[in-house]
Amino acid sequence: MSISVYVPCDSSALSLGADRIAAAISLEAQQRGIAINLIRNGSRGLYWLEPLVEVVTDAGRIAYGPVQVTDVSALFDADFLHGGDHHLALGSIEELDFFKKQQRLTFARIGKTDPISLDDYLANDGYRGLSNALKQSQTDIVKAVTDSGLRGRGGAAFPTGIKWNTVLNTPSEQKYIICNADEGDSGTFSDRMVMEGDPFVLIEGMTIAGIAVGANQGYIYLRVEYPHAHIALNAAIEKAYAAGYLGDDIQGSGKAFHLEVRLGAGAYVCGEETSLMESLEGKRGLVRFKPPLPAISGLFGQPTVVNNVISLASVPIILDKGGDYYRDFGMGRSRGTLPLQLAGNIKHPGLFEFAFGLTLRELLYDFGGGSATGRPIKAVQVGGPLGAYLPESQFDTPLDYEAFAANWTVLGHGGVVVFDDTADMASLARYNMEFCATESCGKCTPCRIGSTRGIEVMDEIINGQEISKNIPLLRDLCNTLLNGSLCALGGMTPYPVLSALNHFPEDFGVTDTNNAA
Amino acid sequence: MTESKSIQETVQDVISTLKEKPGALLPILHGIQDALGYIPADSVPAIAQGLHLSRAEVHGVISFYHYFRETPPGKQTIHICRAESCQAMGGKQLEQHAKDQLGIDYHETTPDGQFSLEPVYCLGNCACSPAIQIGNDIYGRVSLQSFDAIINEKKEQA
Repeated sequence: MSISVYVPCDSSALSLGADRIAAAISLEAQQRGIAINLIRNGSRGLYWLEPLVEVVTDAGRIAYGPVQVTDVSALFDADFLHGGDHHLALGSIEELDFFKKQQRLTFARIGKTDPISLDDYLANDGYRGLSNALKQSQTDIVKAVTDSGLRGRGGAAFPTGIKWNTVLNTPSEQKYIICNADEGDSGTFSDRMVMEGDPFVLIEGMTIAGIAVGANQGYIYLRVEYPHAHIALNAAIEKAYAAGYLGDDIQGSGKAFHLEVRLGAGAYVCGEETSLMESLEGKRGLVRFKPPLPAISGLFGQPTVVNNVISLASVPIILDKGGDYYRDFGMGRSRGTLPLQLAGNIKHPGLFEFAFGLTLRELLYDFGGGSATGRPIKAVQVGGPLGAYLPESQFDTPLDYEAFAANWTVLGHGGVVVFDDTADMASLARYNMEFCATESCGKCTPCRIGSTRGIEVMDEIINGQEISKNIPLLRDLCNTLLNGSLCALGGMTPYPVLSALNHFPEDFGVTDTNNAA
Repeated sequence: MTESKSIQETVQDVISTLKEKPGALLPILHGIQDALGYIPADSVPAIAQGLHLSRAEVHGVISFYHYFRETPPGKQTIHICRAESCQAMGGKQLEQHAKDQLGIDYHETTPDGQFSLEPVYCLGNCACSPAIQIGNDIYGRVSLQSFDAIINEKKEQA
């Protein structure tokens, strides 16, 4: 019997040479006359160990990593196909503390299965949520999601069940489900991992959403920067149609749900839900005024659910195991789990799914292992390019929406970017203004013009010009952006800028601390 | 002239295949750029006509999105991530190195037509920063040395 060998097809693993390693393993096996069954799985998310190769042995799945092409021959010599000893041997991934201590609900299958194998999906609890949903009334499905306490994982943390309930109760011939897969925040990649590593879970979540609210058409609005996710989603959608999990009669229920992937075109602002809908309608991605809410008048003027990838991918397990099961994880009003993404200057970057409540310090040091460079961690940006920088004094903040909001920081989509003590916070603040200027849709004045003025003020500050005049000017400008912008792009750019200034005034040339307050 | 005719035919094919989709403009623009590498200015009237839009509306959409380009790119486009995670791992030095090695700035193409250079704000490869992308190929933990090796490899492939 041939031996199963797993080499990830996740794009971060590919970025480290996973394709070359897969090819080298195939070739070496062929030359040695050994039959192997090479499977391309998603990533386990322990990226410092990628490319990670796993072999199915009598003693379970044994991992080796990080593997380079030059290691392949030696791995065969060490009989890795039977779990042989080698300096890259890691034992079972699921027994490593990094993995074992996580609570993997949404990411239960990722890294374990072949992402585009429907059989693998079904054999690992796939489509159990949909099967339950098809036996329930629409109201009961929405109630399960409401009871779970699930809040929008895209960053705004709005209760998913309430959104669904509005769409359910808005009468219309045509309703839509949109998956916001425009994951543009720096330091975030959990959406990408789901789409590349377990696309069926997203398809299942969207199908349940469609049945729950009475929508028969779904769109996944995917950023163009994710070509591998595009391929995986399309392959999985094709299989779901062929097996009757999408189409006009889902599993003989008489209910219809159709799904299509649409590509964005490099505009960060299209991650904002109204801008996203404009883009789907074939227009410039200008932010809309709210109200009307998308749940009442959304895509093409119809009631529309817009949810993030992780929100929708969390729905199948809620319908499978019940709202209570999910709600029992977490703290306060943050229920369930959050897939945290640890990135930047960190020794152990990767995906860590935990119930809400872990502290940032535990994440950074117990799991992250400190900075990659070995230097002290100076600041951590949580929640993407519109999230605040946290200094060391805030590292004990628990990862919880409300605890972060109380610090004037943002948990957002769970992206955590680490900087060591060589980071220049003034230069980062300038970058945040520049990013806002580059990505502004141009509809509202504070964001369109304020961001450009912000770059100019930051340039003067960085050049040491008239600090005592420019610091108040920068604060005043941030105040205008914060209160006068139409959406979060202009409205939250002050978070990174002002947090950098408040916590690291010395990087802005401010010597008198009174000046910074 | 034959080349120009084939461009127009390609554009027409894409339009007629996709124009019935709801919100067809972005899929059409992607289709044209996938086929030709860019969206030629003289394809705008045909797109406008196919979708019953004004030329100004079509041009407005093309110019709004960073990804769409109106000039032919080099044979290969190098996207360098400028976002925070990559900055935390030496991304700025990598940007400067790339510009120096290629002798071009962002949104430019090398004189031999080999490489275009574009910034990108996050490739979702933040756990392996700094990152670049060339076509569908993504590269992580890119050092100045490995950047040169990647470029040399791409040159040999060309």
